Amino acid sequence: MKKTKTVNQQVPSVDGKGIMMGRPAFTDDLTPRNALVIKVLRSPHAFAKITSIDTSEAERIEGVELILTHKDFKRNAYTRAGQGYPEPSPHDKFVLDEYVRYVGDEVAAVAAVDEATAEAAVKAIDVEYEKLDPVLDFETAKDNDTLVHPEDDIYEMFPIGFDPKRNVAASYHMEVGDVEKTLSESEITVENTYYTQAQAHVMLEPHTVNAQLDYQNRLVLISATQTPWHVRRILSQTLEIPLSRIRVIKPRVGGGFGGKQAIHGEMLAAAVTMRTGQPSRLTYTREEVFESSYTRHPMRMTIRMGAKRDGTITSIDFHGLSDTGAYGEHALTVYMVTGSKVLPLYNKVDAVRFQGDIVYTNHVSSGAYRGYGAVQGNYAVESTIDMLAEKLGMDPFALREKNMMLENETSPIFEIMGEGTEGTAMVMESNKLDYCVARGKELIGYDEKYPRRETGESKVRSIGGAIAMQGSGIPYIDMGAATIKLNDDGFYNLTVGATDIGQGSDTILAQIAAEQLGVAVDKVIVYSSDTDLTPFDVGAYASSTTYVSGNAVLKAARSMRRMVIDEAARTLDVNAEDITFEGEVFKVEGSAPLTLSDLSNRLYYNEDQKQLTTTGSYYGTKSPPPFMAGFVEIELDTETGEYEILEYASVVDCGTTINPALARGQVEGGLMQGIGMAAFEDVEYSKKGKMITGDLLNYKIPTNLSVKKFTTEFADSYEESGPYGAKSVAEIGTDTPPAAIANAVYNAVGVRIDSLPITPEKIQKAMNDKKENDV
Amino acid sequence: MKISLTLNNRPKTFDVAPDEYLVDTLRRYGYTSVRRGCDTTSCGVCTLLVDDKPVPSCAFLSARADGARLTTVEGIPETASKLAEHFGERGADQCGFCNPGIALAVHSMEQSGMPADDATIDHYLVGNLCRCTGYQSQREAIKAYLGDKK
Repeated sequence: MKKTKTVNQQVPSVDGKGIMMGRPAFTDDLTPRNALVIKVLRSPHAFAKITSIDTSEAERIEGVELILTHKDFKRNAYTRAGQGYPEPSPHDKFVLDEYVRYVGDEVAAVAAVDEATAEAAVKAIDVEYEKLDPVLDFETAKDNDTLVHPEDDIYEMFPIGFDPKRNVAASYHMEVGDVEKTLSESEITVENTYYTQAQAHVMLEPHTVNAQLDYQNRLVLISATQTPWHVRRILSQTLEIPLSRIRVIKPRVGGGFGGKQAIHGEMLAAAVTMRTGQPSRLTYTREEVFESSYTRHPMRMTIRMGAKRDGTITSIDFHGLSDTGAYGEHALTVYMVTGSKVLPLYNKVDAVRFQGDIVYTNHVSSGAYRGYGAVQGNYAVESTIDMLAEKLGMDPFALREKNMMLENETSPIFEIMGEGTEGTAMVMESNKLDYCVARGKELIGYDEKYPRRETGESKVRSIGGAIAMQGSGIPYIDMGAATIKLNDDGFYNLTVGATDIGQGSDTILAQIAAEQLGVAVDKVIVYSSDTDLTPFDVGAYASSTTYVSGNAVLKAARSMRRMVIDEAARTLDVNAEDITFEGEVFKVEGSAPLTLSDLSNRLYYNEDQKQLTTTGSYYGTKSPPPFMAGFVEIELDTETGEYEILEYASVVDCGTTINPALARGQVEGGLMQGIGMAAFEDVEYSKKGKMITGDLLNYKIPTNLSVKKFTTEFADSYEESGPYGAKSVAEIGTDTPPAAIANAVYNAVGVRIDSLPITPEKIQKAMNDKKENDV
Repeated sequence: MKISLTLNNRPKTFDVAPDEYLVDTLRRYGYTSVRRGCDTTSCGVCTLLVDDKPVPSCAFLSARADGARLTTVEGIPETASKLAEHFGERGADQCGFCNPGIALAVHSMEQSGMPADDATIDHYLVGNLCRCTGYQSQREAIKAYLGDKK
């Protein structure tokens, strides 16, 4: 790698200190004090038709300014998913509708002078419902007597397999080679079916938005969103407000993980402010975040794998079913990633098939969630790899090393599968998966500890592992842009559309600019994500920011560097080629040096005055995947099935780490979410479809006691197409824990847990069943 | 009703409703570093020091704070600033929504004179949830901060 001063160095985040010191930063810190409080009346039924709404009593309450019901909105079907345009998600949602499709779905909205008044008015609204039979089991959704979407004014933007008359939101099928034939000719085959659960995002900042009309009578929204430009476009199209009249500002966001990659409160806040002329705010309660935003897609996945006796994997068949809940947000794309970011790992097969339906049910919607399908697919495929290894009598990592994709290799899947559309062929120009596996084994002590050791009367320690890949943005779709402006005294503004939601993108983008411009990071002042003031960016999703937006920043910085050198040449009356410039001083042999500060002061105040500004934008022509190997050591109590996570060791190839500390934060944070999903997190519903885990007392997320130790390393890797060799790293951490932990549990006690979460109860039951069968 | 108290070493009088919680009173008066995360005293985001002890302000009635000594993160700028540097070095500061609560918990632990070992830090901070990090970077940063102060 080329020598760098700022990139790949220890640089503190640009905003950490101010945030820690409590400066106003998040959406609700920036709410106008006189904002009307919006509260939403939500459905108590899993599926019902509203037969009447009487708001007269609520309207008589002093302090109530506006009540909105489905009668107040034109029926414009839209999708809440923020993911490019036209969207690969069906337009199947109305701002408010006469049907309610899950417990927590919106019925009506009240805007009032304060919270207590708004809550009182919500209670005073009288609604009559015709209760309908809900679909609560996704395995019976297709061709069920109940249609979750009986209405006719919903549609797909382009073919996605949308078939609402069969409760199918989207459908997908692809095949390379002849899977049935290859499987039937395989010397060894394994088959297993896996289930993954709904997982809640639990970003600590609830979904929050405020709206106001400014003195140009434009609608200004401050929103905790991952996708400000998608929010602006969807609001404009759905509420029929000209795009030019809307400004969306994303301030500091308190975590997203995909949960804010959609419209949540924005539509109602915009409607209230447009109709009343008054500022408004909508902050979800934690219960609303759980019940009325969305979850990870639950899936059923059946994997069949065939191999030769020497351990050559010849075919993989992946047949899935995904539960999108009440609305089809991210339905097709999440399911496609379940295959496209897992199956290429085993690129030497003769045949591979991937298919499945994504069905509607009357549960809370599923949506984008870090890993975006890959974590589900990884669990199924990487569990099956261990099963196959056992049947072959091979070490599971020897099997992986024999079959996995290596540097300079490719997979036909890249060209076939994109996200909602066809994909893009690409060769793995950076892939250190072989190193990741070898180093990961060393870190966890694989050779000494695999598969298990007795450590006490009823205690066993065991090792399990998995490999994973993700992507770096969506080629030919995701675009990011950056503008750099020179100021007097020689410092720069960097404005980016890229959306920092806590992952640190403002910092790493400033580092990339600073590196190219040859200045310290504090000479690059970052401002991000304001649809009026910064250039465009699709937003924070699909692990795109470092690679896509980072490349845009690099282009802008290169251009600015040329501009200041040209201006210096003019000032010094020399040729640009004769100038030596590292970032602060222009040096020419035989004449006095000129500082950037002096040059810029001259440009703004003295001679040849002009503003220097330049914009770079970038879209990927490929999506170089980050790779990783993850290994877990657990200690399992064979009497109770309880287990502790002693260590999670990971080695990640994300190209150059722009900021090693922040990259580690991404990996370990992702791992912790994957571990929560693997071990205990579970969104559960009552028999009538009411979420019974709608608060943090009943839905547990990992604490500082959940994992004893993380060991995280990065492979020495350089992606030629990335900014300073970087690939993205946001999601990959999430992918390996479910399979790694399932494999470790199997290695400990010989039972394969094929549904998540892997709880002590399931382990104990499986052990008892095994004992009975063994007798 | 009116309550009088000391907030960050300054005398204050607030007009509060009898059923109002401190988190809402403080936000209403512009102390926005105290934030709501969960409504069930589970997450630690709304942490506030009442007479130097960390409490969840989403469950502490404002009326009960009459005469109390309250500290928000604005009242401990040195702790917050130093701790932020250690967080920054280890990538422990991601979204930061939980960070003021953590700074207050660390400040309180420091005042209590407890040992700066992993077990004590974990015990003291187990109520401060974070969904961004794996906690290990935070633990290391807090340990380094407390080590610096010795």
